[in-house]
Amino acid sequence: MNEHQQTLWEFMRQQSDKLFTQTLQHIGLTFISLFIAVLIGLPLGIWIARKKQFSGPILGIAGVLQTIPSIALLGFMIPLLGIGAKPAIVALLLYALLPIIRNTYTGITGVDAAVKEAALAMGMSKWQILFKVELPLAMPVILAGIRTATVINVGVATLASYIAAGGLGEFIFGGISLNNTNMILAGAIPAALLAIIFDFLLSRVQKLNFKKIKTAAATLPLLLILMASFYFIPSAYGGKLTAGFTPEFMGRQDGNLGLQSKYGLKIHIIVISDAVMYKAAYENQLDVISGYSTDGRLKAYSLVVLDDDKRIFPPYYAAPIVREDALRKFPELEKTLNLLSGMITDSIMTELNYRTDYLHQSPERVAEDFLRSKGLLKSSRNGNGGIVRIGSKIFGEQYILASMYSMLIKGNTDYQVSTKTGLGGTKICFDALTNDQIDFYPEYTGTGLLAILQPNVKTIDSLSTDKNKTYHYVRKEFEAKYNIKWLKPIGFNNAYALMMREKQAEDLKIKTISDLKRYLESK
Amino acid sequence: MITVEQLSKHFGKIKAVNGISFEVKEHENLVLLGTSGCGKTTTLKMLNRLIEPTSGKILIDGKNILEQQPELLRRGIGYVLQNNGLFPHYTVAENIAIVPQLLKWDSKRIEKRIDELIEKLHLSTDQLKVYPNELSGGQQQRVGLARALVADPPVLLMDEPFGALDNVTRSKIHAEFKALDELKRKTIIMVTHDVQEAFELGDRICLMDQGKIVQNGTPAELLFNPKNHFVKDFLREQRLQLEFRAIKAPQPPEGGAFELHGAIIAADVSLWWLLGQLKFTKAESISVLDHQNKKVGTLGFDDLMSEFYKYKSSHTHE
Repeated sequence: MNEHQQTLWEFMRQQSDKLFTQTLQHIGLTFISLFIAVLIGLPLGIWIARKKQFSGPILGIAGVLQTIPSIALLGFMIPLLGIGAKPAIVALLLYALLPIIRNTYTGITGVDAAVKEAALAMGMSKWQILFKVELPLAMPVILAGIRTATVINVGVATLASYIAAGGLGEFIFGGISLNNTNMILAGAIPAALLAIIFDFLLSRVQKLNFKKIKTAAATLPLLLILMASFYFIPSAYGGKLTAGFTPEFMGRQDGNLGLQSKYGLKIHIIVISDAVMYKAAYENQLDVISGYSTDGRLKAYSLVVLDDDKRIFPPYYAAPIVREDALRKFPELEKTLNLLSGMITDSIMTELNYRTDYLHQSPERVAEDFLRSKGLLKSSRNGNGGIVRIGSKIFGEQYILASMYSMLIKGNTDYQVSTKTGLGGTKICFDALTNDQIDFYPEYTGTGLLAILQPNVKTIDSLSTDKNKTYHYVRKEFEAKYNIKWLKPIGFNNAYALMMREKQAEDLKIKTISDLKRYLESK
Repeated sequence: MITVEQLSKHFGKIKAVNGISFEVKEHENLVLLGTSGCGKTTTLKMLNRLIEPTSGKILIDGKNILEQQPELLRRGIGYVLQNNGLFPHYTVAENIAIVPQLLKWDSKRIEKRIDELIEKLHLSTDQLKVYPNELSGGQQQRVGLARALVADPPVLLMDEPFGALDNVTRSKIHAEFKALDELKRKTIIMVTHDVQEAFELGDRICLMDQGKIVQNGTPAELLFNPKNHFVKDFLREQRLQLEFRAIKAPQPPEGGAFELHGAIIAADVSLWWLLGQLKFTKAESISVLDHQNKKVGTLGFDDLMSEFYKYKSSHTHE
């Protein structure tokens, strides 16, 4: 961990500007979507309370929308709405719909039939009955729905940072990828507080008596709009070129911090998840992105890597890291895993990634084809030794590597295998390893150095340009600190890289990061 | 005033109301009596089009109500529900003011009319600002009545208006109901399953069964001239009490009244009621007054009883 342990408070003070903006964005996102959800959900709820035969289908559809995993929903939005605020708001709004529609329906159908009959018998019109009788009496139930929707939205809005819509998720997911607990908490605590505060305030509104609820019902829309206006839509487009960086890249010395300090690069940046970044670049939504040099989408979307002429990106050689007690428990494991060492070069890895990321072949098939071509594929022995647990982070390359290791272990030893793929970012994977939840996973030297060990700047400078030095340093330190062994490198170097569309880079004559800087500073 | 011709309402195959006809004269109080499911409530709700008839005709003051706009029709007909149907989110004053506001009265006029009604219905002005749930059941029912009466509609429809009240409160409200001058000017159609209530409040009673009218007549006609066994059986259990109620007190001279402990009692009270008064006040007799309030005789317990037997024997011989 850090040599100087920064406290959470220090971090929050240091980042107070960002924290403030993110909090406002978070509130704004929550309430814009909530406001639109009320505009849609309330009339829809009223309508199905009138036409009961439609209540089943409508509530069913809203219920299904609710069950779509948030990240998947955000993913669906990108081809339709691009990145930034729009898809985030739409996704949030879809989540908020169900409680609002359902509670409006329940509230209105729950109004005492005698009261409705009295209203009708006194000569009120349908609209008068709706506005003077049904809605006021259903209001506590409707408010409860809005309250549920608000709390859901505060939670889901953290994911908006995946598609460059800002919010407290920037800190949370940045912190997870950077293994920075302070950063995670700086996002998570305010988000939790927001949820608690809004929940409390709405619970108070709900408990008001009828007289006050009239005023509350009138002020609520105004309040919603006010809250919504906190969200000055982050200008996703502006400046000569727009860069999309992952939250992880934003906070790293070998990322945006290095670009600023070593290159002095000043570019308009939006924060975005790497899941959508490449596509956004391909579709001209972004011009410069922070990618990985072996990413298959490089090939798929015709992007080029800009040369890192000042060497700020350290080498990221991949190798399996294994807990030492696992090596003792499974004596044949090290030998088996090392079968892959030196087998996969940068271009092979890019090709393999291309097949999963772009051709949508399954990681298992890609892994099987590769092992067969190298003569490493053996049929499973169906052994019943112990179970080796493989972990992987949540992207294609790691899935492929995990599949390869799984096949190698099954074919060459009597061990059984269980794979725990998709363990999020570095922090989750590494914590799973040290806490004996998995036995090994593929890690990268640069990540081990900068995200896990985090030595001081001088040590980093002395190591980070040389691939062997880095490997030996992390190997030694991991063994000493964590009892974890770095096995032999697999061969490829999946380093950070800045990339642009091939065509644009050619047109603007940008080949290196320094070229990019010169272009940005020229008039 | 109100004419119903061949009125039917079918719900699918069920004939809730099956071709009934009756008339209600101006200022008359007609009670639709019957067990649940006999079609009495459906009939009532067709009169202000809460339920649309399957076939038949309803005329109020000679006008076919099915040709009028339902909202406008309903604003001219008072409606009192069993569970009062007061708006829980409106204060008592706001509840009473609903129809005048629909009719766009100015606020001074509404206020004046509410004050007037409050007094007649024995409610206090403090209660105007409270919500219905803060009132007792009897008070709520009074507010419901005030709400129906506020715009002074000529017709009042009442759906089991006193059904949710306990016996003590109910007989109190019955007495008030009969004494309320506003109601004397109304044509009232009331639904009830309570035979006692029907006999106490109704000028005429329509006894219904299975969507049809079995007998339509005055309480005395139903009792002493039942059309068939159904009518007889329907009234059997409470026959004695009903007879006392159905039989009017021996009438004082034209324009006269009764007097008891200084209080004037209207002439058209039932025998039952006078007997009750005698018992409660422990008086020996009731004074009979002529049109100039001069005492012309007295009625004791024995006089009243002999009047009852006289009436009964004369009617059963018919």
